[in-house]
Amino acid sequence: MTFHDKLLALDRRWVFLVLAIFVILPILPFVKFSVPVTPVKEVREIYDFIEGLKPGDYILLSLDYDPGSMAELHPVAYAMLEQCYAKKLKVITLTLSATGAQMVEEIVRDVADSCKIYHGFKPERGIDYVYLGYKPYPGIIILGMGMNFRIPFPQDYYGTTLDSIPMMRGIKNYDNVKAVINLSAGNVSDMWVADGNARYGVKLALAMTGVMAADYYPYYQSKQVFGIIGGMKGAAEYEKLCKNPGSATDAMKAQVFAHVVIIIFIIIGNLAYFLGRRKTAQTQESE
Amino acid sequence: MTSKIAMRILTAIVALIFLVSWITRSGSGMSDSAFTNVRDGFLITFAVFLTLSIFSFLYRDNPFYKFAESLYVGISAGYWMSYGFWSTIVGNFVPRASRSLSEFFHVPYQERADHILIYIPIIFGLILLTRLLPKIGWLSRWSLAFIIGATAGLNLTRYLRSDFISQVSNSFIPLFVDWKGAGDFVSHISLAADGQFIAILSNWVIFVGVMCGLVYFFFSKEHKGAFGVASRIGIWILMITFGASFGYTVMGRISLLVGRITFLFGDWLNIL
Repeated sequence: MTFHDKLLALDRRWVFLVLAIFVILPILPFVKFSVPVTPVKEVREIYDFIEGLKPGDYILLSLDYDPGSMAELHPVAYAMLEQCYAKKLKVITLTLSATGAQMVEEIVRDVADSCKIYHGFKPERGIDYVYLGYKPYPGIIILGMGMNFRIPFPQDYYGTTLDSIPMMRGIKNYDNVKAVINLSAGNVSDMWVADGNARYGVKLALAMTGVMAADYYPYYQSKQVFGIIGGMKGAAEYEKLCKNPGSATDAMKAQVFAHVVIIIFIIIGNLAYFLGRRKTAQTQESE
Repeated sequence: MTSKIAMRILTAIVALIFLVSWITRSGSGMSDSAFTNVRDGFLITFAVFLTLSIFSFLYRDNPFYKFAESLYVGISAGYWMSYGFWSTIVGNFVPRASRSLSEFFHVPYQERADHILIYIPIIFGLILLTRLLPKIGWLSRWSLAFIIGATAGLNLTRYLRSDFISQVSNSFIPLFVDWKGAGDFVSHISLAADGQFIAILSNWVIFVGVMCGLVYFFFSKEHKGAFGVASRIGIWILMITFGASFGYTVMGRISLLVGRITFLFGDWLNIL
């Protein structure tokens, strides 16, 4: 058995093991180095838009992901929500992911609590922010909110009717919010583009998992969305813009190592494949 | 027989580690309440157990993985069903349907004249369940017909607007951005991201990419000559797109791995 035969027959569990080692190694506390993060235009545009809003402006954050995508989208959710609170914006939050309802409630509460430590004030529920909770069938909910938030959400997550929430008085539909930012780990982003943006003309930006990001760039090019935050890299860029480095920035070290390992494996795999093919061709010629 | 003994030993080791982890985590809790510390210790340990059980599939299929997988599926289905009941039936229907039901479920009753309309989806929902009764199962077709018809109609108009008209109209882009003649272009040429040269280059890439991509999918003419060249460029554009998508996918998967490893080393082992 030649070297490239051995490589081609390598048990894939060795690949998993090597990858695991190279992901674990850089995040250990004794490994000290940092990865430069340069925010790209599509991420910066979301940040600049929020920075440009006036205190008291309304913004809607639709956090449509579940705990399975926490690693990629939690950093953006925390950084963006803190930015909105710090800017004293009125933040309407909701989720269109069933298993994300309690998780999003925790984010909204956590960030409000941390504002007291980092910004000296605590945003109040019902006055500075509202959490509408979860409702099934995203497309229908997005269309319903275009008419009136009260159609799909008669009450907020805690059971308070929307009319008795001070912040929601006089707030009817998307006309009353400056933009919708959708953080998504599924096809809800499609519905925000098709139902929110195309149907109601709502100003829309997307933050999404890495797997989805490439599919949504055509919407950015066509200006149907004004910004895209793609995966953990986008999250790290947003953290940098917010001057609030967190878990995404830390994870970039592991990303770099993992990508280098994967590239090396791809090169080795291709090398072994082509060497094997050449050997087969030589054998056939000699026969 | 040997594999059964090995499995029992492995289960005993896992149980022992679980117990030690639970005791250790409970002892290092941050809360003043002993109950909260013991509960949090259990929850973190159980989350670690489930994470490692799922990871164990990378080695090979095993009972721990199957347990974690079944638990996830079962809990998700149950959670979704109960949440659907409380958010839709209790959240949307009850407050509009009946004052006494609203009081029973402790939700504020909403008095509105159009409440009668909510009985239409209720009736459709109920007859959908007639599929469970073979004799009158045909009634459910009315609900299905409504769902399919409404969804098809909604999707046709919304995707026509967002994914067809908007995409086509926004592909009509100027190929010479801010063009004031070749002399002006050459004298002001720069590689700045927001500069004229990059804007022109980007628009040409989009134009050529769209045209060649379309040519690749045009099968009524043989892909030969200039048409063949355009088709080859089209397939290259597609491959680059798939490559970008694959790159993002790798990043996404590694992100999930990093998230779990951070949980194991940070929340569980406390070494981060």
